[in-house]
Amino acid sequence: MGRLARDVAIIGVGQTKFGEHWDLSFRELGIQAGANAILDAGIDSGKIEGLYIGNMSAGLFMDQEHIASMIAEEVGLTKTNIPATRVEAADASGALALRQAVFDVASGSSDIVVVGGAEKMLDVVSDVASEYMNATGDNTWEGLFGATIPGLYAMMARMHMNRFGTTREQLALVSVKNHKNGSMNPLAHFQNQITVQNVLRAPPVAEPLGQLDCAPVSDGAAALVLCDLRTARDLCPDPIRISGTGQGSDTLSLSNRSDLTTLGASRQAAKAAYEMAGIGPGDIDVAEVHDSFTIGEIIAIEDLGFFPKGKGGLAVEDGSTAMGGQIPINTSGGLKARGHPLGATGIAQINELVLQLRGKAGERQIKGATRGLAHSVGGTGGTALVHILEVV
Amino acid sequence: MSGARYWRHQDQRYNMAGNECGVCGSRFFPGKTMCPNCHRRSVGKMKKFYFNGNGKIITYTIIHEGSLQYRNQVPYLLAIIELEEGDKVLGQIVDCEASDLAMGKKVEMVFRKLGEQGKSGTIQYGYKFILK
Ligand SMILES: [Zn+2]
Repeated sequence: MGRLARDVAIIGVGQTKFGEHWDLSFRELGIQAGANAILDAGIDSGKIEGLYIGNMSAGLFMDQEHIASMIAEEVGLTKTNIPATRVEAADASGALALRQAVFDVASGSSDIVVVGGAEKMLDVVSDVASEYMNATGDNTWEGLFGATIPGLYAMMARMHMNRFGTTREQLALVSVKNHKNGSMNPLAHFQNQITVQNVLRAPPVAEPLGQLDCAPVSDGAAALVLCDLRTARDLCPDPIRISGTGQGSDTLSLSNRSDLTTLGASRQAAKAAYEMAGIGPGDIDVAEVHDSFTIGEIIAIEDLGFFPKGKGGLAVEDGSTAMGGQIPINTSGGLKARGHPLGATGIAQINELVLQLRGKAGERQIKGATRGLAHSVGGTGGTALVHILEVV
Repeated sequence: MSGARYWRHQDQRYNMAGNECGVCGSRFFPGKTMCPNCHRRSVGKMKKFYFNGNGKIITYTIIHEGSLQYRNQVPYLLAIIELEEGDKVLGQIVDCEASDLAMGKKVEMVFRKLGEQGKSGTIQYGYKFILK
């Protein structure tokens, strides 16, 4: 238990710019990311044995289901009729698609597969997009009574502030840091820097959270090429090994959780991934975590074991999570600045870690990074995934 | 929410009907088919239980960007409530100011309109809470 039957590596990454793509369709975004990943891997597309797509809700956002087939057709993989699979776990869909693809390769069923994540959110107006996002929570018992996803995170934030003394400014600093990091990422949705005052003065969404505590509604796609490590060594000068994968679940409704200052799904996913990789939080050099709301990043860095429970806010305040700090968090800009096209997010996190571990992250490079961790959450924590990547 | 889907849970939403496990005595709102503590031992032993709707606020928020059903009512107050007879529930707190809210304050359930299905559709009712 807790081991992969054979080692799996990433040999190619690709991502579209995240943001408002009025001129590009879902198909075009998907193929851009996929083609970039295949070009980066330098393989012939005839070698691809399977396709996995993480997507939260093409059905709601664009009245189109069955998108695995659609993408396979668009990228020209239907000639070989390879298996194409769409995977859904709210905004953790991309990370869950990656995990399924890892199992496919680790089992020996396939040697080379492509895993992508994509979401086209801006074909609907933003309050409709927010309404669709509410479907990632318990719509029957919470959404119907007026709960929104920012509202649920706001209730976690209030609890965290009350119990641990986390401050409004510490929440704001998460957003300030992520915008600063995003300003160095040419693919980020937002590349502008902001101040604590900007965050505090932004219109309220669900108190204590305001507009600049919330990740934006974005279009975008990202893709990876996975390969068994033995074959990868022949194909690629710098394969990145996926040394750990973990997944956890929890109640869909927030009110049914016993503790609102932690995500049990995240803790379970982290425990499984650390065990598989044979390492602990202290061994990680750089991490991408799920900051759909600023409080989410503070809870995540505690649940992942980087900081003790209750100390996440202080860690952000004293610079421990900044570039050059003890554990740089969200060097890509995170969901807040890189953007959050739901299904694409989990794959974009892996893209960033691969760049960091290859030493190709440009201005935002963490010197000498050899191990990275990605953490993805569905909704308010009904699902969470953790992946650990290592330089081979 | 469609008429049939709403009607199915009418007793729960009108009267806070949940249930109680006949094995361990745990109470659930909304009711569960199987007790998460007792699993298959609880099958067929879950009894209906009407909550009195009294409880206290565990955490809360003031919603400024509401869901479409409540967008005309912003800002509105939302809380997670620990029920005195067991389990927790999420609901709106009404008939008070945001500044009146605090963690630990006692509330009681009231019966209110939640929304309607379009302009001529059925009106949907259910529980909200007021400060005690
Ligand atoms: Zn029981």
